[in-house]
This record gives sequence, structure tokens and C-alpha cells, in this order.
Amino acid sequence: MQTPTTLDQLSLKQSAEVVAIDWAAISDNEGRRLRALGIDKGVSVEKLYRGMFGMNDPIALKVGRMMIAVRKSHAKAISVCPVAVTTPA
Amino acid sequence: MSELAPLIVLAGNPNSGKSALFNALTGARQKIANYPGVTVERKSGHFSFADGRPAELVDLPGSYSLDPTSPDEEVTRSVVMGLQKGERRPDVIILVLDAANLDNHLRFALEVIALGQPVVVALNMMDLAERDGLTLDPAKLEQALGVPVIPTVAVRRRGLEDLSAAVENRLLHKPENIEPVVAKDRDRGLSKQAKRIANLAVVSETAGRRWSERADRLFLHPFAGPIILFAVLFVMFQAVFAWSEAPIGLIESASEWVAAGVEANLPPGFLRDFIIEGAIGGVGSVVVFLPQILILFLFILLLEASGYMTRAAFIMDRMMASVGLSGRSFIPLLSSFACAIPGIMATRSISDPKDRLTTILVAPLMTCSARLPVYAIIIGAFIPPTQVGPGIGLQGLVLFGLYVFGIVGAMIVALVLRSTVTKGPNSGFLMEMPKYQLPLMKDILIGLWQRAWIFLRRAGTIIFGATVVLWLLLTFPKVPEDSAMSQVDYSVAGRIANVIAPVVEPIGFNRDIALALIPAMAAREVAVAALATTYAIDAPDEEAEAKSLTERLQSRWSLPTALAFLAWFVFAPQCISTIAVTRRETNGWRWPAFMVAYLFTLAYVAAGITYWSAVALGL
Repeated sequence: MQTPTTLDQLSLKQSAEVVAIDWAAISDNEGRRLRALGIDKGVSVEKLYRGMFGMNDPIALKVGRMMIAVRKSHAKAISVCPVAVTTPA
Repeated sequence: MSELAPLIVLAGNPNSGKSALFNALTGARQKIANYPGVTVERKSGHFSFADGRPAELVDLPGSYSLDPTSPDEEVTRSVVMGLQKGERRPDVIILVLDAANLDNHLRFALEVIALGQPVVVALNMMDLAERDGLTLDPAKLEQALGVPVIPTVAVRRRGLEDLSAAVENRLLHKPENIEPVVAKDRDRGLSKQAKRIANLAVVSETAGRRWSERADRLFLHPFAGPIILFAVLFVMFQAVFAWSEAPIGLIESASEWVAAGVEANLPPGFLRDFIIEGAIGGVGSVVVFLPQILILFLFILLLEASGYMTRAAFIMDRMMASVGLSGRSFIPLLSSFACAIPGIMATRSISDPKDRLTTILVAPLMTCSARLPVYAIIIGAFIPPTQVGPGIGLQGLVLFGLYVFGIVGAMIVALVLRSTVTKGPNSGFLMEMPKYQLPLMKDILIGLWQRAWIFLRRAGTIIFGATVVLWLLLTFPKVPEDSAMSQVDYSVAGRIANVIAPVVEPIGFNRDIALALIPAMAAREVAVAALATTYAIDAPDEEAEAKSLTERLQSRWSLPTALAFLAWFVFAPQCISTIAVTRRETNGWRWPAFMVAYLFTLAYVAAGITYWSAVALGL
């Protein structure tokens, strides 16, 4: 296991496991949507794409066989632990 | 038994192929209405079992969870629980799951199955799952869920007979107090359970051809992605004008032909004038926009069905965020270029209420196709067709400028609204981006037909009514033979316009414009018809009557007046249908009233600034 980071800091093409979510930083409704889209503690995600011109917002994630878009503001509240070994950026 | 036909509902996640299955089961005969009291569409259709017995099929809004986060999900929840007002308790629920996305879609399925209602699962898009390298065992899934599981491929009509038989079986053998196999469980447990059952059903999983992911490497590329998006939009707007020329010509000659036929077969008099000037002239001048609207919707439907629209939203999100909106607002605003009404209706997919309200309020600023005839006639009459560069004409440049003016106006207004009346925390942007799919011709055609029908109904009612009323108001009372007044000044409409004229005189508008603005409240394009009618009735002799509207405008309007008129139409809320749909979507008069007030203010100020700047520049 590598050092935990937040989802917005994760490098591209990097798989990670969600270790904690700061629900207080996300509104109730958004939190429910996040869970409904399959993002929760213990779930594996992979960061696939970033927004226009390489801006780190929004972020496209792979969750299971689904791709979802989240904003940086939410990604900051999601702590992840990178799983596969890649060269650190 | 003279009971109602059984009610069967389709429930499932968004992007599970639910609507394709609905279209495959019901065909084009669909009824779209609203659930009472909410702005959620109720899509229903007829379906027959193998023996010909009918059933009513309802396509419920796509849902991720029974714990609702939007009005759509709220309706789905109450219908499947049998609590929705105005809806019977469903006899059978067909749960539609994307076979390739089981661990995500099973969460909602498990919640619904736990309710203990009669359920049949349609394991949809089996072909795509196989192409993705997934082999599934429906029998294992059936065992784990405790309800019948039927593999289907809605777009190729595969598995539909089996599905129908399974539903019929459920109807005949209504299980009494079914003991749900899966225990009721919330959130985390649900996710784990879904994953476990999905793993049970998967026989083998190989990498497969992930062409959808490869396509995204291009379409979501940080630099190529936006360039492709703008190229797509450019082609779309080009097509709206280029492809529509021929069909518009056809519609025009058809209405001329009908008018000529009426003229030849009816004696001169009130009825003939009424039919030719009022009915054919008025409605004909609006129906000519049908080709442009259909082309724009064809593109929007194709982009939506293929899955590209969500990528466009992803690319645009950062830009929209800078004015306090999200990528989700991009789709409704894009639709508003065709017409603000479907655009405002499309805001239902925006889950944040303040985001949605802001999008509704700025949607009328997108240059809808109804403004085109107004822009076209004024630009044609007052802007010289000179070339300002290779292949760039001044007229086209002005038209483009008016579009940009509207977009920039909308962005500024959104920014102001988000920090005042719709102030709130910056909303999130959480969205599923489904796999790319080849759009199905049938689904696209059904969508186009529904849009065309809405438009034609509008043309046949509101626009027809407004034109007829204006024609009557302009024709009566008849000016006495010995009076020096013109027919227009003497008519009811002219008298009303003379009252309004002083209000709009400071921004360079004359009496004729004041007169055209009243019926244009019904629909913007009526302004052109209204000016034409006014000048036709006002013509002192046969020779003057033969002049075209363009020539009449050139002789009666100054350039500053024409420019002010264009600026007015960028902002003015000249469309009762938009106001009505805003009232419906916001559940009250408060926001439509606000919208009308701020748009009229902007229109007045913009027209005034344009007029006085133009006068000061000596134009």
C-alpha cells in the first residue's frame, strides 16, 4: 500500500481504493448521488481523464464498469490509497 | 372480466436501455403526459401479450436509487411502491439492467426486489456485454435474486417474447406475500451485496474490445476533445441552414400554391382575405421553420443517443462552472438554440434546484430558431452584402454576432443570478458517462416525430390564433371612405399601438414596431408576419402594395432603428409559450414574472444603447 492521497491528487491511469470520504464536505443530496453512482468506502476506482486543456476539473473515474464524472471539489473530500505500483508523478 | 388492462412499469438505472426496450415493446404509439403536480414526464404505451390481451406499459424515469435525489427519482420510487397519486399500483415491474454494468445496476434492482412486488428482470444489452468480453449466466442471477431473469437485446428485439411470457406468468400466478430473497439493506451493505451477486452471475471476464474507452481517449483528450466538440457544433449549425434550404422552399411553394387555389376558388371578400392573409400567411410563415428545428433536433437526438452528449457536458463543465453553472446545463442550453421550450424541459435532468432555475432563466437568451426570420429580414434589408474577408460576408458576421451577443448575455446574467437571486453553494457535477452506442434509427425517428408534433400543434393553435386576432384587430373597424386616417391608425390594433409608441420611441422604435411587438408576444416570428400585414393593409395603392417587405422597411426605418430592433430581439421575452413552460417547470408565477421583467429591462436598455450609439456615430 502506498501513502493515501485525495482523489484530485491521484495521477492519471492510477487505480486506487477509496479509504475514507469526508461526508461533511459534501451536501446530503450530493452524497446520496455519489453513493448511488457507486462511490463509497472500499470501492476501487481508476482516474481516467481530466477536463479541458488538462485542467484537473472535472475528473472522469472508472468505477466498476461504469465511467462517472466528478468535480474537483468532491474529489478533494475522497481519500484514496493507490493500489497498483506505478512510477510516482 | 371488464377490468382495466394490467399496468406494467419499466424501471431501471439511466443508460440501462430502458427507453429502447420501451420503444421495442410499444412502437410509436406513445402517450406523453405529466404526473399531476410535478414536472415529471409520464410515458405510456400499449403492449399486447402473445394471445393479444392488452396491457398498459409505463416507462418510469431512470433511477439510481429508491432514496431519491431528484423529482424524477421521487416519482419512480412512489410508483414502484404503489404510492404515486394518479397512478395505479403496478401489476408487474420490469427491472431493466445493463448486463455489462451489473454491480452498479444491481443496487437499484435489489432495493426494488426487496419491496416484495412482482418483478421480472430484463438483463438488457447482452450483446454489448459479450462484446466487452463478459459471459453471464442468467440462471445464476435468477437464483440469487429469486425473480425471473430474461436476457434481452432491446435494439435487436431479442428476448422480447420470453420477456412478455415471463410477465404474463407473473400476472397469472400472482405470488401472495412474496418473501423477498434479499433482505432489506441500505447503502454500504447494498453495494457489497450487489457486487457479490454480480460476481456470481459472471461466468468469465476477459479484457475484450474496449472500443468505447479507446474512443474516449480521443473525445476526452484535453486538447483534441474541445476542438472536436466545437467542430461538431459548427457542423450542426451549418447543417441547420444549409440542409433546410430545399425543404423550406418546398413549404413556401406549397403554401403559395394553396393560397393561389383559395384565391381562384373563393369570391373576393372577408372570408378569402381571412384565409389567405390570416390563416395561410400566418401559419405558413411559421411552419417554414419546421425543417430547421427538425435538423437541429436530429443532431441533438443523435448526440444524446450515442452517448457523446455527456462527454460534451464533461468538456464544458469547467467553463460553465466559471459562471456558476455545471456541464449539465450545457445540454438544455444547446437545445434552446432550436427552441427554449424543449431546452427548459431538458433542465429536469439537473439535480441541483438553483442550478436548474438559473439555467431556465437564461435559456431564453439562446438564439432560438424563431428569432431567425426576424434577424434574416432586418439583416437582409439593412446590412449590405459586402465581403469583409475571404468567404466572410458582413451579413453573416452580423448574424453570428447576434448569436454571440445572446451567449455572452446569458453567461453574464447567469453569473449575476448565481451571486444574487439564485445564490448558493457551487453545485456539484456528478454524472454517469455511458458507453458509446450506435443510435437506433427507430428511436431517433420517434423522438423527431414527437418534437415535430409539439411544434406543429403550437403553430396550429397559439401562432394561428395570434395571427388571426391581429388580422381582425387591424381590419376593424374599417376606416370611413372620407377619413384622412390610414386603416392601420383607425383600427383597434393601431390605436393600441399608438398608446405604446411613446414608451418605445426613446429607443428608436416607431409606431409600426410597437404594433408588431404586441402579436409577437405570442411568438417572435409573428413580428415579421405582423409587419407584413400592417404594411399590406396600410398600402395606399396597388403599386405600393406590390413592394416587398424589404423595400418597405428600407423606406420607413432608419439604420439605427433597425439595429435597435435587432438588439431588442436578442433579449426580449417575446414568446408566451416560453413563459408558460417556465411557469409549469417552476410551479408558480414568481419566476416567469421575474424572467419577463429582467428580459424586458435588458431588451429596452440594449435597444436604447444600440440606437443612441448608432445615432451618435451618424449611421
